[in-house]
Amino acid sequence: MSSAQRRSTRVGVGAALRAVWALTAVPLFAFVLALVVGAIVIVASSVLVLKNPFDPTLPISAYAALANGAFGSFDALVSTLVLTTPLLLAGLGVAIGFRAGLFNIGAQGQFLMGAVGSVAVAVQFRHAPAVVAITAALLGGMIAGAAWGFVPGLLKAVSGAHEVVTTIMMNYVALAALSWIVGGPLQQPGSVPPTTPSVGIAALPILLGRSGHIGILIAFLAVPLAWFLLFRTTRGFEIRAVGANPDAARYAGIKPRRLIVLTMSIAGLLAGLAGACTILGISHTMNPTFSTSVGFDSITVALLGRSNPIGVMLAAILFGAMRAGAGPMQINAGVPVELVDVIQALILLFLIANVVLRRLLRLRGVRGSEQTGFETITRSYGREATV
Amino acid sequence: MRGITKRYPGVTANDNIDLDLQRGEIHALLGENGAGKTTLMNILYGLAVPDEGQILVDGNPVRIAGPSDAIARGIEMVHQHFMLIPVLSVAENVVLGEETMANPVFLDKAEASRRIRELAGRFGFELDPDAKIESLSVGQQQRVEILKTLYRNAQVLVLDEPTAVLTPGETEEIFTLLRNLAKDGRSIIFISHKLTEVLEIADRITVIRRGRVIGQRRPSETTEEELAELMVGRAVLLTVERGESHPGEVRLKVENLHVKDDRGNEMVRGVDLEVRSGEILGIAGVAGNGQDELVEALVGLRRVAAGRLHLRGRDITGVSPRAINEANVGYVPADRHRFGLILAFPLTDNLVLTSYYKQPYARGMLRDGRAIAAAAREKVKAYDVRTPSIEVAAQTLSGGNQQKLIVAREFEGDTTLLVLDQPTRGLDVGSIEFIHRRIIEKRDAGTAVLLVSAELDEVMELSDRIAVMYRGKLVAFLDGRTADKNEVGLLMATGGRAAPAEATGSAS
Repeated sequence: MSSAQRRSTRVGVGAALRAVWALTAVPLFAFVLALVVGAIVIVASSVLVLKNPFDPTLPISAYAALANGAFGSFDALVSTLVLTTPLLLAGLGVAIGFRAGLFNIGAQGQFLMGAVGSVAVAVQFRHAPAVVAITAALLGGMIAGAAWGFVPGLLKAVSGAHEVVTTIMMNYVALAALSWIVGGPLQQPGSVPPTTPSVGIAALPILLGRSGHIGILIAFLAVPLAWFLLFRTTRGFEIRAVGANPDAARYAGIKPRRLIVLTMSIAGLLAGLAGACTILGISHTMNPTFSTSVGFDSITVALLGRSNPIGVMLAAILFGAMRAGAGPMQINAGVPVELVDVIQALILLFLIANVVLRRLLRLRGVRGSEQTGFETITRSYGREATV
Repeated sequence: MRGITKRYPGVTANDNIDLDLQRGEIHALLGENGAGKTTLMNILYGLAVPDEGQILVDGNPVRIAGPSDAIARGIEMVHQHFMLIPVLSVAENVVLGEETMANPVFLDKAEASRRIRELAGRFGFELDPDAKIESLSVGQQQRVEILKTLYRNAQVLVLDEPTAVLTPGETEEIFTLLRNLAKDGRSIIFISHKLTEVLEIADRITVIRRGRVIGQRRPSETTEEELAELMVGRAVLLTVERGESHPGEVRLKVENLHVKDDRGNEMVRGVDLEVRSGEILGIAGVAGNGQDELVEALVGLRRVAAGRLHLRGRDITGVSPRAINEANVGYVPADRHRFGLILAFPLTDNLVLTSYYKQPYARGMLRDGRAIAAAAREKVKAYDVRTPSIEVAAQTLSGGNQQKLIVAREFEGDTTLLVLDQPTRGLDVGSIEFIHRRIIEKRDAGTAVLLVSAELDEVMELSDRIAVMYRGKLVAFLDGRTADKNEVGLLMATGGRAAPAEATGSAS
């Protein structure tokens, strides 16, 4: 009995390692390959565009500057965490959507509406105690984001309208709504260009260094919560079941339509919270040109993290670090910050092309496109509509 | 084929297999699922490359690197799932890839039709070259598939479970055709796990188990029992001992049920039936006569267009799948990958698929992993599901073990009614025996069982009463002990009326 147990433990460790490798191999190779191709881009653009002499060590100094700018000092680390926060929150939202078989491209709109919502509430609570104002403003952002996810969810549940189409539309509606609200009801009188009043007392307290606001804590707390929701609750089981096989889920007594609405709302809530943290924690005011790529980057983050909350956390830190290190890289190595966009795009490209990647590298026993997320993107999910 | 060995990571699919096929011979390849039949045939057809061994045609070693090499040597395969284009005509499908051209731009349809008629005539069947594939019966479509291979002058035909989709009548016809082909000097490899058919049609039978050739027999010198034992590796009871049934009160009552399919066609048109406690009602019918829709309506997965369903006297028309499940109705779906399992999920989750929210598997919103694992271990053991662990994804199991997994979940507890749709489709003899025994056990324990199967033998063997479904209606009820197989087969094919050319022949 005991020897059998020992054997099974040993098998368990080996199996666990294999399972981890199976999950991480593709993202890891995607990242490494992106760095390699990025290196070629660095050298080529330096020679061809900036007319510098050929310098094969430039990529190394650029990546070193990037890493140093992201992790090299306490301030660098804090700035990495600050930039990680919205990516992590919105990425978790997108990942939960992927788990339910939903491709939520609307994180961008949900993020913006979350930001607007938090400002609108913060302005109302100008004279309340800080704790009340902060809580209310965060809630305002979450509710606004959730509403922006709820609508496409409802449309899909009722009419079968595909969430990819409706969330893209909702992104545009969010942009237009943003410029109207900031230039109208929420405009600070006399401001040019139109700007909202400062969030005032609702600004998030700084915990770390100069900019490390409390939103960092919230984002990292959301990781175990999301994991718990997905893997330890019955609701999470239902979400994953609907994503993995909607027909079997229906037979299991799960109502896919209700779950779609719920999941889209949760995804919107998290993206909205990301927006709220950005406004309340960093910029404190909003103008119509308030723009960001967080919503779209979070899709790559969710994919890179394989829709697993812990993976999403690692991916968000990576992306946050690249954003934080980009400036120092330009200053110290003379490589433009846009390189980070190139690397991010390459990561996405290699992730999507993972079938080719696995064949080229002869990776066996490694999970690729059959994994949640990729599958959601490549699979049409319209059948529920006709039932 | 000499000394063919093919290894996949972790398994040796073919272990030093020798197979010889003579001119004009029908050679049956018999084996359980996963025994290595398909791998061997894929090697012959060029879809897989053997690690060792060689293939000889007319005594000369050949290299078959892909299907085109196989076709060039006259080796053709008729797949279980037909590779036909429904909107094109018979002639167009047959010439596809080997078009007869009148000039560089246009097909010579007249010439193609003439050759098709001639070929069909030579082998004793009729087929209208201009008929659209979608208008043909399954049996006719299969003849088109065979015609395709003959058009390309196949000398070796591999047929993968050709009778799985046919009625008994159609099976007879295809057998006649195969015999004619053999007489013409062509060789046929006939893959099957149906023992009676193999004994009827084959000249020689090769049995494969776990990648090895276990034995070779001639039909005249063997029996079904011996073949089954060779296949499975132990003595198998081919017919379950089922004893007398003791029908009790009416459990399921269906009144004038109408159900539509996804496209809005009425597939069930006024079905009335009753199933009593302790009896098995078998529904025989050719696939596609409304059985799937009937069953899906019963378990709440499909809307009832008209009519009423009663379970133990309670009206259950239009209630949710969960409500039906909670009334202790077990369901084994025909398509186990669609409704039965979540393939990407581990066995544990699949075993609690319908009860994940209930005690002891969940407390409030929280799932109890320990209780789920304990129950899974117990069920896996009780239902002999062969798996390395209860944590592996359901997709890693063989078809038979996946089906046992569903049975383990659905047969659990004190079931009121079991709705079984093709419960043993595609399974090997050992798994079939196991599942049949469990069905009888449930009946004897007082469960009402509704069994739908396109496998007439299965219906005949298990049912206490037999209903024949034809075009959405139950056209006859028969006593399971006295019913005659040919009579049921005829009812399945014709619905009880003397059928004109419809079931047998050509459209024109």
